[in-house]
Amino acid sequence: MNAPAPVKISVRNLYKIFGPRPEAALADVRKGMGKTELLENGKHVLGLSDINIDMRAGQITVIMGLSGSGKSTLVRHLNRLIEPTAGQILIDGTDVTGLSPEGLRRLRQDQMTMVFQKFALLPHRTVLENAALALEVKGVPLAERSAEAMKWLERVGLGKFADSHPHRLSGGMQQRVGIARALASNAPILLMDEAFSALDPLIRTDMQNLLLQLQTELHKTIIFISHDLDEALKLADHLVILKDGCVVQQGDPQSIVLHPRDPYIVDFVSDINRARVLRVRSVMTPGLSDDMPPETVDTETTLEALIALSDGDTHRAYTVLNKGQPAGRIDMRDVVRALVPKVG
Amino acid sequence: MAAYTQLFDTLGLRAWCDAGSTGGPMTMAQLMAKAKAQSGGAEEVAFWSRPFPSLDVLNESCNAIWRTRDLTAAVESLFMSMKDGLKLVLDPLTQPLSWALTGTLKGFAFLPWWLTMLLILLVVQRVTRSRGLTAFVGAAMLVLALINHFDAAIQTFAIILVCTVISVLLGLPIGILMSKNDRAQKVVLPVLDLLQTLPSFVYLIPLIFLFSVTEPKLYGIAIILYAIVPIIRLTDLGIRLVDPDVTEAADAFGMTRWQKLVKVELPLAMPNIMAGLNQTIMMSLAMVVIASLVSAPGLGVLVLRGINNLELGVGLVAGLGIVLLAIILDRVTKTALSRMNAGDQQ
Repeated sequence: MNAPAPVKISVRNLYKIFGPRPEAALADVRKGMGKTELLENGKHVLGLSDINIDMRAGQITVIMGLSGSGKSTLVRHLNRLIEPTAGQILIDGTDVTGLSPEGLRRLRQDQMTMVFQKFALLPHRTVLENAALALEVKGVPLAERSAEAMKWLERVGLGKFADSHPHRLSGGMQQRVGIARALASNAPILLMDEAFSALDPLIRTDMQNLLLQLQTELHKTIIFISHDLDEALKLADHLVILKDGCVVQQGDPQSIVLHPRDPYIVDFVSDINRARVLRVRSVMTPGLSDDMPPETVDTETTLEALIALSDGDTHRAYTVLNKGQPAGRIDMRDVVRALVPKVG
Repeated sequence: MAAYTQLFDTLGLRAWCDAGSTGGPMTMAQLMAKAKAQSGGAEEVAFWSRPFPSLDVLNESCNAIWRTRDLTAAVESLFMSMKDGLKLVLDPLTQPLSWALTGTLKGFAFLPWWLTMLLILLVVQRVTRSRGLTAFVGAAMLVLALINHFDAAIQTFAIILVCTVISVLLGLPIGILMSKNDRAQKVVLPVLDLLQTLPSFVYLIPLIFLFSVTEPKLYGIAIILYAIVPIIRLTDLGIRLVDPDVTEAADAFGMTRWQKLVKVELPLAMPNIMAGLNQTIMMSLAMVVIASLVSAPGLGVLVLRGINNLELGVGLVAGLGIVLLAIILDRVTKTALSRMNAGDQQ
């Protein structure tokens, strides 16, 4: 694999406690008090507990967890829509928690942009005016910001609807406006809070593909919040799994699926379509030998595609190519084994 | 022998009672008692039929205790002693209101009737885009003019116009402040409740003492105090009801508080604010009729003449004129409001 990209956002020892006296409760939490105990003792809710995550530039970091796990709280700390109780959030080395109101506004205008679960478009404005909102806030002149917004609307396939009002658009189209609005701000960091959760499954798949396609050109640092493991595995370069405000496991999504470290995650991954998630590189045997099979396959191919390629024949084997160079081999038997959890 | 004389005697307060003797004018009850005493002589009051020991009853037995009329007199003298100070502050503050009212009334009187009608029709057509409604307003104005009520109706309308504009100018900032600040809301809400529950006549009493009855600001203030409540309430409510997701988005894009207010909160609260405006106009109309008691010109004066002179026809026709005006104002503002909602919202 390539050298890892530089860290763009670094979350260090982040705590968030909701309640009347969070500082006092923080001491209890550091001594090891759990979520339920804390709630009974002093009406404090443990939002986030000792979060440490490095989010790398140009990658999609997916934060996944069930509702109440603190994932939306976490993403709102990155642009300080919620104030942390303790800890640091470093963006390009600058601590966000120490910013003045003016500095914070700068950060939100220039560095980060956000896509919301419920779209949060302005109903009294046209689609174009909505898409131009971030630039308008920055004080970009009308003609310039309209041109820029129009460019992004066309990019997400909504050029024809520029003059409509948002309520005339379907949910999927409204979220496309939300994405165009976020991209038009030209900020390097894109926060997406359950951006596709309110959409129909088919539309959701469309939007995921749109996002991946945009990402191949734009290389934004994307923080994506999701409660859907299939979505998380499809999008993530780096996957963080939250439970009750704590990080349960984080890392390469493939390795999380293959080596779940917690019964909670085992439960989670038992339901997914592994063939679609796992890629050749996670299952292959690295290293070259003399009798490499003649047929080749790329490291990034999913097992599903490989099974289709092999026509279901478990006796076949392939040479795995990483960027065109042979890197190892894969036997179809290993593929089948990898599809069943807890075997081999 | 008054009912509670014995009580004061046994308590040993007789000396105190007589020392504080005030000897003010007799109350009605005292007069009647005196007449009764002359005719039938004093009789001992039975234990179970003793009256409630109110101030007046106790005073009969003990002169040192205030009578109720002493209390009201004290309230009055308190008010009168504050009056000069209040007047010094309020007079210059409210003078522009007098100017605005006289100016607008004169302005409408100066315009020829056909131009006034034309202007009104143009405005109605512009804000409602409804030909039917414009035609109705035109017909209503012609009817009013035909029965010689047009000038009075226009005077009433002019007063409503001025008072509504001032109510909005004052009420909108107060409503915004309330929506942003819970403590301000806690302070203002009881005041609004008070203004809304005070009987409309009661507004006029202190104002008559403060200002001369010939000054237009007298009725202007009464109308504004009464009519400003809904615009404040609904501005506050409207801004508080703005979708929190949308205001969060405004924050996430780095808007300043002012940008958020002007670009997000006020536009989204507009349907509620407009509903408040409609209520403010209707309440101005209700009050302007009562304000004719203190020299507000317009249709109310005709109603008042009907009452004073027992001229049934005059009062009823003027009353119908007011109803017509109310229908016009209500329909026009509601149509403008729904047109706005249809244009902007789901």
